[in-house]
Amino acid sequence: MKPGVWGSAAVALLVANMAYAAEVAPNDVKVEDGTVAQSLTGNPGDPEMGAKALANRGLGNCLACHAVSALESEQFHGDVAPPLDGVADRWQPEQLRAIVVDAKKVFGPESVMPGFYSLEVGINVRKDLVGKPILTAQQVEDVVAYLSTLKEGD
Amino acid sequence: MSKRFLAPVFAMVGGLVLAFSANADPVDEELVIDDIPMVTRAAAPEGHPFDEVLSGWLFREAETRETEADSFANPGMLAVERGADIWNTVEGSAGKSCASCHDDAATSMKSVGAQYPKWDAEAKRPINIELQIDKCRVENMGAEPYKFDAEGQVALTSYIKHQSLGTPVKMDLSDGELQDWWEKGKELYYTRTGQLNFACASCHEDSMGKYIRADHLSQGQANGFPTYRFNTGGMVSLHNRFRGCIRDTRAEMPKAFSDELMALEVYVTWRGTGLSVETPAVRQ
Repeated sequence: MKPGVWGSAAVALLVANMAYAAEVAPNDVKVEDGTVAQSLTGNPGDPEMGAKALANRGLGNCLACHAVSALESEQFHGDVAPPLDGVADRWQPEQLRAIVVDAKKVFGPESVMPGFYSLEVGINVRKDLVGKPILTAQQVEDVVAYLSTLKEGD
Repeated sequence: MSKRFLAPVFAMVGGLVLAFSANADPVDEELVIDDIPMVTRAAAPEGHPFDEVLSGWLFREAETRETEADSFANPGMLAVERGADIWNTVEGSAGKSCASCHDDAATSMKSVGAQYPKWDAEAKRPINIELQIDKCRVENMGAEPYKFDAEGQVALTSYIKHQSLGTPVKMDLSDGELQDWWEKGKELYYTRTGQLNFACASCHEDSMGKYIRADHLSQGQANGFPTYRFNTGGMVSLHNRFRGCIRDTRAEMPKAFSDELMALEVYVTWRGTGLSVETPAVRQ
């Protein structure tokens, strides 16, 4: 076989691997200085999907603790944690991504906020959820995209 | 009504809830049940994280508070009445009822429920009202122990604890090895469980007085159990509530009356020292 054939086979394999590896696994996410610089998926987040994941009680359920005026059609917003109105004025998307991924790595270990893309969780995790984060990588990106629309400053 | 008209209504409800959330203090009201004043605020025992222990009643909506204050309206009293029937019913091979040995519960069980859990020297572990009932059934009545949360277990426990209505919770931690179990229970109280990574303290200590969705977070006191809950329309035992909370952290649930949950009962009951027994309390 000619070296050229080997070469193109290797490139094809590399491309396939890159496509697969584009999604960062929970244990491989690096939180540095309170930020996660790179998208977890390489794909842009969808703010509309993010609003749904944020409100859905089986997904983010963020309204359990945070109020969001823009989602007032959803009943009962909690006040355990600060309202998210204007959150994009206070944090850059890279910071919001880090907070959603694992708030304890941003605010410290005493934070009550769950890590939505972290496997550093509590004991006795329900068997069918072992090794699984609360949100998928794409859902994290979608939520970050939605949060980035919550501006009051202008 | 069309959806077009409903939408602003829901928006209004959402707005109201947000407005209410800002004012999340427990109420400043007196609870009197059957002319007995309840202690709903008490100075915390030494070593307690709070200065003052607060009954969950102070955190509930007006309608829920009123229902508990009125024994005729409180649906939990049906369980208490059912418990009274069981108290007087012969069961088991010995041909005895509870009353055969203990006579009138109003006298023999007065204030007893406020002192549990106690130390069971034979079993070398804490014993609560449910397990004490089982012990009596097996050893003295020749009857089967109750299955966890059997209707009779919850009713009889409610009846016995109701004989302490108004009596402040006061455990004796010097009893046997209860202090060691208190330590173990304390450790569990602060241990985070499940995918959501919450400890008891995450909600009932760190976030006490705040709202999770529509739910006003109380100190998570045990003094009103078993309680009547509107959302399930039935009685809820303490271990059922423990298991439910742990399930909500997306964790595997410990078994009722397991070492873990008995230790937790010892510790959580102690955290309510000085509060009146309110069984059957009413919750949403």
